[in-house]
Amino acid sequence: MFQRLPDAAGERVSFTIDGRVAEALAGDTVAAALMANGVVACRTTPVSGAPRAPFCMMGVCFDCLVTIDDVGNRQGCQVTVRPGMRVETQKGAREAAR
Amino acid sequence: MPNPSRPDYDVAVVGGGLVGSAIAWGLAREGQKVAILDEGDIAVRPSRGNFALVWVQGKGLGMPEYAGWTKRSADTWTGFASLLREQTGIDVRYDRPGGFMPLLSEAEVVARAAQLSRLHNQPSMVRYAYEMLDHAAVAKEMPFIGKDVVGASYCPHDGHCNSLKLFRALHTGLSQFGAAYLPNHRVERIEPRDGGFRLTTAGGEVAAGKLVLAAGHDSARLAPMVGLSAPVRPQRGHIIVTEKTTPFLKFPVGYVRQTDEGGVMIGDSFEEVGFDTSVRNGVSSTIAERAMRIFPLLGRLNVVRTWAALRVLSPDGFPIYEQSATAPGAFVATCHSGVTLAANHALALAPHIAAGRLPEDFTVFSARRFDVPKAA
Amino acid sequence: MTEMTTRYDLAVIGAGPAGLAAATLAAERGLTTVLLDEQPVPGGQIYRSVTRNPVRNPGILGGDYWHGADLVGPFRDSGAAYRPGTTVWSVSRALEIGLSRDGAARILPVKHIILATGALERPFPIPGWTLPGVMGAGAAQILLKSSALVPSGRLVMAGTGPLLWLLAWQYLRAGARIDAILDTTPGGNWRAALRHMPGFLRSPYLGKGAALLLDVRRKVKVIGNVTDLRAVGDGALRSVAFRQGGGPERSLPADTLLLHQGVIPNINLANATGCGQHWDEIQRCWVPTVDEWGASSVEGVSIAGDGAGIAGAVAAEHRGRLAALGALHRLGAIGPEERDREAATHRAALAEAQRGRMFLDTLYQPGPDFRVPKDDTIVCRCEEVTAGQVRDAVRLGVGGPNQAKSFLRCGMGPCQGRLCGPTVTEVIADARGVSPAEVGYYRLRPPVKPITLAELASLPKSEDEIHAVLHP
Ligand SMILES: Cc1cc2nc3c(=O)[nH]c(=O)nc-3n(C[C@H](O)[C@H](O)[C@H](O)COP(=O)(O)OP(=O)(O)OC[C@H]3O[C@@H](n4cnc5c(N)ncnc54)[C@H](O)[C@@H]3O)c2cc1C
Ligand SMILES: Cc1cc2nc3c(=O)[nH]c(=O)nc-3n(C[C@H](O)[C@H](O)[C@H](O)COP(=O)(O)OP(=O)(O)OC[C@H]3O[C@@H](n4cnc5c(N)ncnc54)[C@H](O)[C@@H]3O)c2cc1C
Ligand code: FES
Repeated sequence: MFQRLPDAAGERVSFTIDGRVAEALAGDTVAAALMANGVVACRTTPVSGAPRAPFCMMGVCFDCLVTIDDVGNRQGCQVTVRPGMRVETQKGAREAAR
Repeated sequence: MPNPSRPDYDVAVVGGGLVGSAIAWGLAREGQKVAILDEGDIAVRPSRGNFALVWVQGKGLGMPEYAGWTKRSADTWTGFASLLREQTGIDVRYDRPGGFMPLLSEAEVVARAAQLSRLHNQPSMVRYAYEMLDHAAVAKEMPFIGKDVVGASYCPHDGHCNSLKLFRALHTGLSQFGAAYLPNHRVERIEPRDGGFRLTTAGGEVAAGKLVLAAGHDSARLAPMVGLSAPVRPQRGHIIVTEKTTPFLKFPVGYVRQTDEGGVMIGDSFEEVGFDTSVRNGVSSTIAERAMRIFPLLGRLNVVRTWAALRVLSPDGFPIYEQSATAPGAFVATCHSGVTLAANHALALAPHIAAGRLPEDFTVFSARRFDVPKAA
Repeated sequence: MTEMTTRYDLAVIGAGPAGLAAATLAAERGLTTVLLDEQPVPGGQIYRSVTRNPVRNPGILGGDYWHGADLVGPFRDSGAAYRPGTTVWSVSRALEIGLSRDGAARILPVKHIILATGALERPFPIPGWTLPGVMGAGAAQILLKSSALVPSGRLVMAGTGPLLWLLAWQYLRAGARIDAILDTTPGGNWRAALRHMPGFLRSPYLGKGAALLLDVRRKVKVIGNVTDLRAVGDGALRSVAFRQGGGPERSLPADTLLLHQGVIPNINLANATGCGQHWDEIQRCWVPTVDEWGASSVEGVSIAGDGAGIAGAVAAEHRGRLAALGALHRLGAIGPEERDREAATHRAALAEAQRGRMFLDTLYQPGPDFRVPKDDTIVCRCEEVTAGQVRDAVRLGVGGPNQAKSFLRCGMGPCQGRLCGPTVTEVIADARGVSPAEVGYYRLRPPVKPITLAELASLPKSEDEIHAVLHP
C-alpha cells in the first residue's frame, strides 16, 4: 500500500483501470499509478495462477505486466501514463490476439 | 585403476544428448549396466535447442528405408511416451494432431507436390497418407491463417512433444534404472582393450564391454578410433520463442508450433557456418517475417528468446547406425532428427545393441555408403 | 528521427552517472556521440527523475541525490545526442546496436560502444517473496523519486546494505512510518570487515553513513541478527515471520515488506554480446571483465559504472570518463600521452571514491541462507521453479545453470534469468560443493529485452541472411 506525499508536485492525469476512472500524477509509470490507486495485484501468472504485483520498478522482473490500450503483457513500470489510457489487469497468459 | 578383465559397465554411451540418452535409456531398460559420458554445462548441444517435432512428412527422398524408419518411430511414440510417464511421472506432452507444411506461393505448392509424389513413388516406400490442401482447406482448421498461405501439405502422422521434458524424463528414467550419468567426462581417447573398451575422459578412465558413440558432432573425431566413420558436419538453425499465450494453435505448422506451456516456437534456418552458434538479427528477422505471413496475429507477441543450434548432418542427411568391423562391440549412432527417432532409438535400436548385433536391414544406414567414389 | 541515420562514433547505453559522464566527455572532445536510455528522463537509478522530481522538499532525498543535476547540465551542453525511451535489446560484435523506441525496432551501427547499464537489486529469495505487498527497497525508492509515493499502512523493511538504510532515512524525512527494520547482516561480517576499517575511516562514506544510520536507529525499531525470514499471506502479504539468531519464530503484521541485500551488475547485455565475465567472491556476483579503460573482451565494447562491478555512483562517474578517454584513444581522436594525462585526475578521484568500499562489501555481504535458500523457496519467479527442484536436477547430474535451464525452465521466462541467475548458480555450487566460478552462468542471447515479432520482422536483412531461411 502506497500513498502520495501530500505536497507532490505535478499535474493530475485521468486514465482507467479495468474500466474504472482513476487518477495519476503526470510522469507516473503505469505500475506506479496502479499502486497509488491501491491495486494489490496487477496480474496472475500463467504458470500457477498466483497473483503478482510490481516488484523491481526498473524493468527487470516482468511482474508488472498489464494490458495497455488493448495490447497485452506490457511492462507497466516502463510505460508512462497518458491521459485516457486504458489499463487492464491480466489473468494468466496473454491472449494471442491481444 | 579399472580392471580390464572386469569392465566397470556393460556399455559406455558417449554423449548425453537426445540420441545418447534415448539409446542409454533403452539399454538400461534391457537390463544393461550403462554409463553415459557427457560434457559439462556449456557444450555444443543441439539436443537442448531443437524444435521438438516428431515429423514424418517429406522425409526419405533418396532413401525410402529412412522414410519407413521415421514412420515406425512416429508410430511407436505414443507407447514410448506412456512408458516414460509410467516410469518417471513426467508427461513429455507428445501429441499427434497431424502436421501442416505451409506453402506461400503457387510455385511452392507445385514444388512441394512434385517432391512428395517423387518421395512416395520410390520403390519400397512405406505407405502412409498425406494430402495437398488449398487455402480454404487450411483455413477450415486454422481460421487465423494469413492470406499469403496458398496451401499446405498435411500429414496425419506428424506430431510434436516437449523436447526438454523428453530430456528430463530420459534422465530421470536413467537414474531410476540405476544408470550412471557422468557429466564433465568428455571422452578424449578410446582404445579397444581385451574385447572391451577403455575410455580416457576429462573425469578419469572408464572401461566398458560395449561402446555407443552418440557424441553428436564429436562422433566424427571419435569414430575412427574404433574403426568406424561418422562424417557429420554442423548446420546452424535459428529458433525464436515468444512469451506464453493462451492456447490457439493445436497443430505443428512446419516452422511454427505452440508449446504445451504456451510459448510459440518459430524456426528455422539452414546455415553452413562451422561451429559458430551466434545469433544473427537478419536471420531471426527473416524467420519472423515468414512466420507473420503464415500467422499475422503473431506480430503482436513479444519475443523472449532467440538462439541458434547446430544440426548434426551426414553428407546425405540420413542417419548413420553401424557396428565396427574391426572393433566389434563399438557402435555409432547419429541422425539429424533425434526427437522424431527417440522412440526407435530407445525401443528398436537399443535392444539390438544390447544383443550385440544390428540386423541386416540396418546395412543401408552404414557409413560405407559415403565411400562410393563420386562419378566424375 | 533523421539524425538517427547519422553514423555515430560512439553510442553510450544508459543515462546514469557513468553514461552521462562518458557521453559528456566524449562529445566535448569531438566524438559524435549518442546516449541511449530506457527511461524517459536522465539520471539512471541513483538520480532517477532528478530533472523532473515531484518531491517538493529537497531535504527528503538528500544532497547526494541532487548532485545528479550537476551531471545533466553539462551533458545537455555537450552536443551529444540523447534518445530517452529507447531500449537496447542487442549489441553485436560488429558494433551494431539493436534498439526499440515507441514500438519500432532498428539497427544502429557505431564505431564504439560504452555499456553503462548499471546495477539491479540482488535477488532476495525467501518464502513468499512473490506475494503482492513484497517489493525491492530500491523499487520503492523509485516510487518515491519519480512519483512521490511512500508506503501507507504497516511497513517492514528487511535485509542489509547501505541502500536499505538510506531509504529508511528518506522515508523518515518524508514523514512515513516504519514499523520495523529487520537487519539480516550476519553477525560474523563485522569481524571480517574490521580488517578493512583503516580504509573506511578515511572514506567519504563514513561521516554521512554513520550519521544516517544513527538517525534511523534512534527513530525505528531495529531487530538485528535476523534469520529464517518469510513473507506470509494468501494472495497478498499479511505478516512477516522471522527468527532472531536461533530464537523462536516471531511475526510482525505487515502490509508492505521491502527487501534489499545490495545491488549486483546488470550483465545481460554484456553477456549476450559475448563479453567475458568472472565471479567476484566478495560481492558474490558475476562481473564483466574489463581493463583499466573499461574495455571488455569484445573489441570496441567498453563497460563503465556499476555494470562493470559495483563501486557506487561517484565511482561510476569517473569510470565513465575513463571509458570515454579509452574510446577516444581507440578511435584515434587522442594519443596515448594525452589520454594518460587526462586520466590522472579521474583515476585519483576514482581511488578516493573507492576507498572504504572493501569495508562496506565485506560488512554487507548477504549471509549464505539468503543466497542459498531452502527447498520450498521459489528461485525463478517467471517459471516458478523452487530451490528444491534445482537440487533434484543436480542429483540427476545437472552441473550448471544452462543444463538446469533445459531441465527446469528456470531462466527461460521474460526476465531472462536476471532474478534467478545468481541464486541458481549459488544453489548448484552449494549442492555440488564447488565454487560458483566453476558452476558458471546462463549463456544469454539477444534480444535481452523483449521486442515484438513484428519489430523483429521489420529489421534489415542481407541477401545471405534471407537465403539462410528461404532456401530453394
Ligand atoms: C535448429 C534445430 C532444430 C531441430 N528440430 C528438430 C525437430 O523438430 N525434430 C527432431 O526430431 N529433431 C530436431 N533437431 C535435431 C535434434 O535436436 C538432433 O537430432 C539431436 O539434438 C542430435 O542429438 P545428438 O544426441 O546426436 O547430439 P547432441 O545434442 O550434440 O548431443 C551430443 C552430446 O554429446 C556430448 N559430447 C560431445 N562430444 C563428447 C565427447 N567427446 N565425450 C563425451 N560427450 C561428448 C555433448 O556434450 C552432447 O551432450 C533439430 C536440430 C536443430 C539444430
Ligand atoms: C533501484 C536502485 C536504486 C538505487 N538507489 C541508489 C541511491 O539512492 N543512492 C546510491 O548511492 N546508489 C543507489 N543505487 C546504486 C546504483 O547502482 C549506483 O549508485 C549508480 O546509479 C550507478 O550508476 P550507473 O551509471 O553505473 O548506472 P545506473 O544509474 O543504474 O544507470 C543505468 C541506466 O541504464 C539504463 N539501461 C539499462 N539497460 C538498458 C538497456 N538495455 N537499454 C537502454 N537503457 C538501459 C537504465 O534505465 C539506467 O537509466 C541504486 C541502485 C538500484 C538498482
Ligand atoms: S516491476 Fe519489475 S519489470 Fe516492472
